[in-house]
Formats: sequence, C-alpha cells, structure tokens
Amino acid sequence: MAINGSTLATLKRGQKGIIQSVDVADPQVQRLMVLGLVEGAEVEHASSAIGGDPMEFRLFGCGISLRQEHARHFKVSPVAVGD
Amino acid sequence: MTKSSETRIHASEITVARRTDASIAVVGTPNSGKSTLFNRLTGLKQRIGNYPGVTVERHVGILKVGDTATELVDLPGTHSLSAHSLEEHIAVDVIFGRMQGTQKPDGLLAVLDASNLYQGLFLVQQLIDLKLPLVVALTMNDAAEQSGINVDVNRLRDELGGVPVYPVVATTGSGLEDLRNAVAGMSQLAPAKRIVVWPELTEAASAMAADADEPIRFAELERLLIDGATAANREILEKLDANSRERLESIRDSLFGLEPPIARDARIRYAWVRDVLRNVQSSAPPFFSWRTRVTDFLNRPVPGTIGLFVVMAIVFQAVFAWATPIMDVIDAATSTLGGSVVQTFGEGALSSLIGDGIISGVGSVVIFLPQILILFLFIILLEDSGYLARAAYLMDRAMRSVGLSGQSIIPMISSFACAVPGIMATRVIPNRRDRIATIMAAPFMTCSARLPVYALLIAAFVPAEQVGFMNLQGLVLFGLYLFGIVAGILTALLMRQTALRGPKPPFALMLPEFRRPNLQTVFIQLLGRAKVFLYRAGTVIFVVAVIVWALAYYPRSEEIAPEIERQRQLAAYTLSGRELAAEYKRIENEAAAAQMEQSWLGRAGQFVEPVFAPLGWDWRVSSAVIAGFPAREVVIAVLGTVYAVGDEADEGTLSGRLQAATWPDGARVFTLPMVIGLLIFYACCLQCAATLAVIRRETNTWRWPVIAWLYMTSIGYLGALLAFQLGSS
Repeated sequence: MAINGSTLATLKRGQKGIIQSVDVADPQVQRLMVLGLVEGAEVEHASSAIGGDPMEFRLFGCGISLRQEHARHFKVSPVAVGD
Repeated sequence: MTKSSETRIHASEITVARRTDASIAVVGTPNSGKSTLFNRLTGLKQRIGNYPGVTVERHVGILKVGDTATELVDLPGTHSLSAHSLEEHIAVDVIFGRMQGTQKPDGLLAVLDASNLYQGLFLVQQLIDLKLPLVVALTMNDAAEQSGINVDVNRLRDELGGVPVYPVVATTGSGLEDLRNAVAGMSQLAPAKRIVVWPELTEAASAMAADADEPIRFAELERLLIDGATAANREILEKLDANSRERLESIRDSLFGLEPPIARDARIRYAWVRDVLRNVQSSAPPFFSWRTRVTDFLNRPVPGTIGLFVVMAIVFQAVFAWATPIMDVIDAATSTLGGSVVQTFGEGALSSLIGDGIISGVGSVVIFLPQILILFLFIILLEDSGYLARAAYLMDRAMRSVGLSGQSIIPMISSFACAVPGIMATRVIPNRRDRIATIMAAPFMTCSARLPVYALLIAAFVPAEQVGFMNLQGLVLFGLYLFGIVAGILTALLMRQTALRGPKPPFALMLPEFRRPNLQTVFIQLLGRAKVFLYRAGTVIFVVAVIVWALAYYPRSEEIAPEIERQRQLAAYTLSGRELAAEYKRIENEAAAAQMEQSWLGRAGQFVEPVFAPLGWDWRVSSAVIAGFPAREVVIAVLGTVYAVGDEADEGTLSGRLQAATWPDGARVFTLPMVIGLLIFYACCLQCAATLAVIRRETNTWRWPVIAWLYMTSIGYLGALLAFQLGSS
C-alpha cells in the first residue's frame, strides 16, 4: 500500500520505508534499480548533505547516496518508528 | 571481424597460456575489497597495463602455489553483467572472453563483501549462471563483524548451488591459505550449476540457442535478451541465424512488454537475493564502535562539511611541509651534480649536455615525485578508508552548480599542489564528460610551481603597502589564487555547455563504511602510481628538457670566448683578491647572457618579440617565457641568465635587475601593467610538459592536451594583453 505521495525524498532523517513502486521511465532510475533500489527493499534515510541534497540511504547495511531528483521516483510506505 | 585478426588473437592467447597454468578473473562489486584481496593473493608479482584503446587499467598478477602458476586478472568493479560504464563494459567483456589481448578466463574468483551481501549476491548469482568454475571469497572485514552481521557460510554455499565459499579476513589474512589453494586448483573444479531465478528468460534463451549457428553460451543469450541488440552484443548477434536475429525484438516484446528489461532483471534477481539473505544472514544488535560514532558524527551535514575542509587542510599542509624539504634536497643535489660534471669534464658541449641538459632534465622529473607521492598517499588512504566517496557526496551540490559532480572535488583540490596527481585522481569520476571537464579545469588551480614566479614578480613590483588589514602583496597573491579558481570553474562550465555537452550522469554513489586501509595495498598502489608517472610523464619531460637545453646552448658564438679572455686579463691587471673573483663572476654572467642572446632560444625570443610586444615584453622576457613552456619554474633560471646575474642568483639580485631593465629608448620594461599582465599569463598558461603528458595519458588522445594548451595559452595571452593595454593607456 503506497501511502499518499511518500517517496524516498520525503523520508525524514532516521526514518525507514519500504519501496512500493518505482517510476521506471527514466533510464537513470533503471540504473538505480540495478543497485538494489527495487520494490520490497527496506531503505532508511541516514543523512543528507548541506541543503538536504544529495541524501544518503542505508540499504541492507550499505550506504548509497542519491540526488533528490532521483529519490522522488521511488514511492515508499514509511515504517512506523519503533518497529 | 576478419579471419586474419582472429588468428592474431589466438596467437597472443597461446603466449599468455604458456606462462601460466590457468587464467582466473577476479570479479566483484566496487568496494567489495576485491583489490585488497587481489594484492594479498599476488603480492608484488603484478603488472599494470591498459586495456587496448582505453584508459582503464589492467591489473594482472601471478598466484604461485607449489608448481602451479595461476594468472589473476583484477577486473574493474561491476554491479551487474549488464554493463553501463566503460569499466563495467571491460569487466563484462573479459568475463565473456571477448576482450582482445586478454585470455578467456578458465574460472572466476567472485569477491563477496559480507557487509554488503545484498548487492554482492545480485552479481554472484549472475556469475554462477555463466557455467564456469567459480570460487566465492567471502570477505569479512572487522566492520562486518562489528556491525553485528553474522553469515551462515554453510547455508550460503547451499543457496548458491554448492559453489565453494571461503571466508577471508583481509586485514589479518585468516582464511587466505585455503583460498589460495582453491584458486590454484580451480581448473579441476566442475563448472557451477545454474540457479534458475527467472524461468521465462531461461526458456526464451534455450529456444534461441537451439536455432543458433554456433554454440553460444546461455548466459550471453540471456544478456542479449535483456540488453537488446547493443554494440556490446554484436558478437553474439553474429552467431545467430538471420531468423533469430529478426525474431529477437518480438521475443523481447513478449517477455517484457512495456516494462524496461533492466528493471525486470533487477526486480526478479533482487527478490531472489532477499530470500537468500533471510536464510543466511542474521543481524545481532548493532555494535557501538568508534566507527559508528565517527560515521554518525560525520553524517550530519555541517560537521561533515567542516570535517572535509579540515581533512583537506591537513593534506595540504602535509604536502607543503613534507615535500618542500625533500624537493630542496633534490634541487640542491641536481645543481651540485651538474656543477661537478662541468668541473670534471671541463667546459664543452658534452659536459653541458650532461650537466645542464640530462641531469637537470632528470632532476625536473624527480623533483615532482615527493609532492606526487605524498599527495597520492593521502588520496589512496582517503579512498581506501571510504572517505573519498563521502567527500564527493558532501560536495556534490556545490560542484553541480558548476556543471560537475561531487567526485570532481578531490582532483580539483589536489591540483593546488600539482595538477599531475590531480589529473591522475580524476579516475574516480565515472562519467567521461565530467572527467574531461575536470581535467580541463584542474591546470588552472594555482600549483606550487607557479608560486616561485608569483613570489618573484610580486616582491619586485607590487608595493608592500597596507590595504585595510591586508598587505597589498598578499592581496595580489590571494587574487591570483582566486583568479585560478574562477577561471577553472568557468572553464568547466564552458566545456559542459559546448564540447562536453551531455546528460547529467546519474549520481548514485555507494558510501562504504569507514575502514582501516590495508598498508600493503596502499603501498602497492603508491608504487604503481610512481611507476606510471616516471614512465609515461617522465620520458616526455626529460626529452623536452634536453631540447630546451639544446636551444639555449646552440649555436655557440666564436666571438664570446676571446672577448671573455680579453676582459679577464684586463681585470687581472687592475684588480686582485675578492674583487677580482667578483669581476670574473660578472664577466662570466655577461658572457652567458651574450651566449643566450645569440642562441636559438634567444633568437626565438627576438623573433617572437613582435608577438609579445603588445604585452609589453622585450625579447628577454619572451625567451624566458618560451623556455618555460616545458616547465614553468624554469623561467626564473632563464631570467637569471638573460639578465646576466647567473642562473642561481638570489631573488634580491634578480628583482633588482628586473626593476632596472629598460627598453633601448630608456623606458622601463617591467611596468605595473606589464607585470600584472605577466602574472595573469602565468596564472593561465599551461606551461608544464608533465601536465600535458598526463592529460594525454588519461584521455588516451593528443586531442585534449592540444586543446588545453591552445585554450589556456590564448586566455593567458589575451589576459596579459588586456592588462597591459588598459593599464598603459
């Protein structure tokens, strides 16, 4: 269940989310899927650089940094804090 | 491909095969600890070359166990067999055995990072499907253990269809012996069994394989179905009959529909990976180490950015504080050695060639080494510790505003010490356009060789008055640094808008955990860098230095020697003791100046004087500038010679001479507008053979060094022209 408009770009620092759908039209987004950003993956927003862009995510223990313009293409359902 | 060229490849394969018993490709994702493991397996028995026609380095080493010698090829890191970047294309081509000059691998050593099983298994599953003998090295670093990840190795082996899995701790070397034996015995190993994770694709591929003209590897066909008829798949396409080739697109349509094949590939394989992970990996509560604390702190935007500047300041300080004394020693050693050659062999063409040509030529190569090695030591340490990626991440936004990406920051900052290691450090930039734009911008950064020229001219001609709380001289120096930065940024912007226009590359940077670099790996990499510099750049610098020597030495004038002798005798009548020695020295300097004036270099200076006259330069300045094209710091020595104060005059004497220099009509040569123009010329002009040689090497074409040289020289000329004409009117 994709929650209204939540994407990787809207996750708060320290918040986790599970990817629900990916907007695959952009070839650059397809390359990000090769790195493991696919439906079902749990992603945590770990940090961001000054100004909030790019953002750093944790994906199964490894750090990956994305620009906001790309993070927006991944719809997520946020995992409630404390899970 | 024609028949004859195929035969040639086979011949080279035979020569490779004769030396070693088998060739094994080392494959892994970037940052999987692949290179560290490769270095531990092969030690110093490795060669660094290039893949044909590209700038990607080819690392080959020999693993000796008992009597068997196994060739290991360390491939560039790749996330998938669907190649995207140049490095990935090379890795995939070698794996499939279609890289010219590299033997088809007899087996694969897959490096799987225990702290990043998710991406690692995605690749390993694709490798298993190749039906080659395969051994998995599970690199456990202390980071993985401390972050609380436990991997069930037996279970992992079962999930991977029984391929051997060897846990290795790279820092301590535990497990290395077993892995060594396994790799050496790989040729006896049965090929890995396929794991079918995507039955529809396998079915489609087998239908096509049945129709093929020649036997084709299944995995290659599957890649063809996923990636489509791209240039990389040309060889596979040629093996298919016309019918299958035509049907390819319709098969792909029915397989994927509207979904991009790459996306489907990722979705299906990562779903399999998640299932495997649930079975083999258990996470304990995270361990609180210094590493997590440091990472946490540096992850906050502001401390992280401040931390980056502190790190760069330390690197800079080290480069100047450590390299300068060594460089002074080298400098002194070269001139002493050169002087002693002249003393031993007497005056003459040969001793001048050895003393002033060859020895100072070699010296001008070696003098770069301390800075390059120290800078590279830091770059390698930063890279291996995982900090480089974080620096790129932190600076991405700022660099993006000038059309580059975060990865350009380290090469740019390094170029303030020396553009040579800066340009060599652009290898971390995956996008070619970004990389070349960075290479074009890097030489504008004020390198340490510009500093002596700036210092001389500023001290001689800029008055030391206070402007606000700053000294005018300091302000001018600061202005020159700033000028370099702005010129570099504008150049990068210009390049990205014109010759290097193209889509912004996706910025997906893997941010590895901080880890302790392995000293052996650091040492091996440093040695490789030094060799590359000495062989590739060193030869060019050396040749150019000898050419400049010849231009300044020949032709010898017949009239100068008797004239010196006459003046010496005259002096000996009237003077004695210390005064006579000083007079001898003066006569000698005058003679050197006279010799320089009628040498090819001096004539060239006089010949091009009209070109530089609008800039306010006389023939002496012009000759010095011409001599400085191979290495800008030479200018001071040449100015010393043409102004007859000797090539090792102290700064005070030389700047006195410069201040007093006049045109034939008595007007001063070094006016403030002219000096400012000269400074601007130095700030821009690419007077460095080493940089040109390295640009040539890193871009693999003469095109970019030629463009860089023309571009920077024109800007320097125009800047100097503008400054002089506006200032003098």
